[in-house]
Amino acid sequence: MTNAVSTATRPGRPAISGALRRLPEYLTIWVPLLLSAAHLVSFSLWTIWISFTPSTLVPVSGWVGLRNYTAVLATRNWKIAFDNLLLFGSAFVLLSVVTGLVLAILLDQRIRGENVLRSIFLYPLAVSFVVTGTVWSWLLNPGVGIQKLVHDLGWTSFKFDWLIDRDMAIWTIVIAAIWQSSGFAMALFLAGLRSVDADLVKAAQIDGAGPFRMYRRVILPTLWPITVTVVVIQLQFAISTFDLVRALTNGGPGIATQLPALVVYDLMFQRSLLGRGAAAAVLMLLILLAVLLPYAAWRYIQQRRATHA
Amino acid sequence: MTALSIRALSKRYANLEVLKGINLDIESGEFTVLVGPSGCGKSTLLNIVAGLDRASSGTVEIGGRVVNDVPPKDRDIAMVFQSYALYPSMTVRQNITFGMECRHVPKAEQDAAVANVAKLLQIEPLLGRKPSQLSGGQRQRVAMGRALVRDPLLFLFDEPLSNLDAKLRVEMRMEIKRLHQRIGATIVYVTHDQIEAMTMATRIAVMHHGQVQQFADPDTVYRYPANLFVARFMGSPPMNTMPARLEADNGGPVVVIGAGRPDEVRLRLRGYDVAASFVGREVVLGIRPECIAEGSRVFSGDAPIVVSAPVEMVEPTGAETMVLLRLGGEAAMARITPDIRPTLGASADFALDTRRICLFDPETERLIA
Repeated sequence: MTNAVSTATRPGRPAISGALRRLPEYLTIWVPLLLSAAHLVSFSLWTIWISFTPSTLVPVSGWVGLRNYTAVLATRNWKIAFDNLLLFGSAFVLLSVVTGLVLAILLDQRIRGENVLRSIFLYPLAVSFVVTGTVWSWLLNPGVGIQKLVHDLGWTSFKFDWLIDRDMAIWTIVIAAIWQSSGFAMALFLAGLRSVDADLVKAAQIDGAGPFRMYRRVILPTLWPITVTVVVIQLQFAISTFDLVRALTNGGPGIATQLPALVVYDLMFQRSLLGRGAAAAVLMLLILLAVLLPYAAWRYIQQRRATHA
Repeated sequence: MTALSIRALSKRYANLEVLKGINLDIESGEFTVLVGPSGCGKSTLLNIVAGLDRASSGTVEIGGRVVNDVPPKDRDIAMVFQSYALYPSMTVRQNITFGMECRHVPKAEQDAAVANVAKLLQIEPLLGRKPSQLSGGQRQRVAMGRALVRDPLLFLFDEPLSNLDAKLRVEMRMEIKRLHQRIGATIVYVTHDQIEAMTMATRIAVMHHGQVQQFADPDTVYRYPANLFVARFMGSPPMNTMPARLEADNGGPVVVIGAGRPDEVRLRLRGYDVAASFVGREVVLGIRPECIAEGSRVFSGDAPIVVSAPVEMVEPTGAETMVLLRLGGEAAMARITPDIRPTLGASADFALDTRRICLFDPETERLIA
């Protein structure tokens, strides 16, 4: 109120009072945005620079070319991490999209208690990855978890020891990651299903489409843009996965569930090879860009098409 | 044959009664338009006929069969939606054949049916396109094609022209009417646009507050509106309605506007048969704008009736001039020839066509003569 009065009594300086009125806007939007952008860009550039130096325990200047990269790429650790990433990334993305979609379709049947169920499915997202990893490490631990429970129920030949199985351990991470984030996929898909034109469903009903054909031919094709978004978000989560694995298997047994982020951590902070760690980090960034750049291009084309139509 | 028969149909949502005992009988081959302001229940009624919504009570019969519990796909109907509701991921051809695909119609039969409909609607060049690549009018045509290909007992149109611009709307209006005349289909058409109702319908059902106010052919609805709501809803600009007093003079009824005022207007009604109980009472007089014209106009009939009235506003539209005037102190719109522009504020002569005056009971709002 006093503000309005003072501006009204000083008609000669509207520009300054205008800027003053917008000050909170600048402070809350631009300052944090610039700060975080500056951090992101400067530390990324710094990491890239380090990756070309012979730094070990502390950053040092110097130029070693691609030596850090060739060294990292040659290690068995990185190869396993990369293979694991391919397997984990594709399995996790595919299964979480399918699980999320199935949950969303089931919830879309206007069932009773939808709100409660939706919260339950979405809730894991609110839990930290460390917690998820720890809880699942108990559940999957043959000595205390699911296997023990089934044994105690009397089925003593039951075996569920993926957590300590070199070949299957990576799937325990897939399971935990799906549990954590398929609710998120479900929420996006449900929003998409709810925004399908009601007339479209009515038209298909009159045309005589049963539920299966209705979803396959009419409703799901309209969900393409949401599916792409979900896949990209899940992929970038998969690529940067660290805390979940750290808490669940810590890369083990042995290095069976190694992932790139763990390799970076291992090189930088446990072996004190800053240069190589930075090189591994830059490699991760490149993998991420391989996902995000096509997505950005796709978005650009979509928008162009939308404005032309 | 009765194509659609609606009996005592009601629809309630919690404590809101949307439809109150609707009764309608629609003959085969008729083009019935359900018209009314938004919220009158016309779309709900159409959805119930289609089976997309359930009635709270009453029955719906299509082709002599009660269909209350029959799913939409088995009601032998086809529907055209306001949003067109074309399947966005399918081509025009797939959109048209989707219903047949669901009913497992053989491929050869599907192709023949598509070719037939595409020719009828002249959409052959569009068959390979997606809906997003079509203009509004083309989408409308495809939506009709999808309905036509089924060759149903009953076509349902839910405000199909509302999303088109004014020019295209007039074109499509004529096209739908021509289509109806050509294939003789039974159509139930919902709209809020009374001009669409007047131009296309063989019978109009005017709806308001969940009830059918009048169900008759367009001429009857226009000439003898059943009540004040219909009188004011149909026609653009709507019928002028004003309080008046009914008197008997030398045996014939006379209606007086602004009785007792120096400028009172006394109109003798010829050929009207008004119940004696209304003589000496207040009534509501309705007169359409086209029944008030410039003083030199001769409406066919014996003695022309010319009154002098003050002019309050003049709106030239090109095809005619609309004039707001005062008859016995009551506002009324007149529709006069375009080249006459009466002076604002001054009085001018106006000819009245008293043969087409309507009288309404002010309490029940029903037509009395």
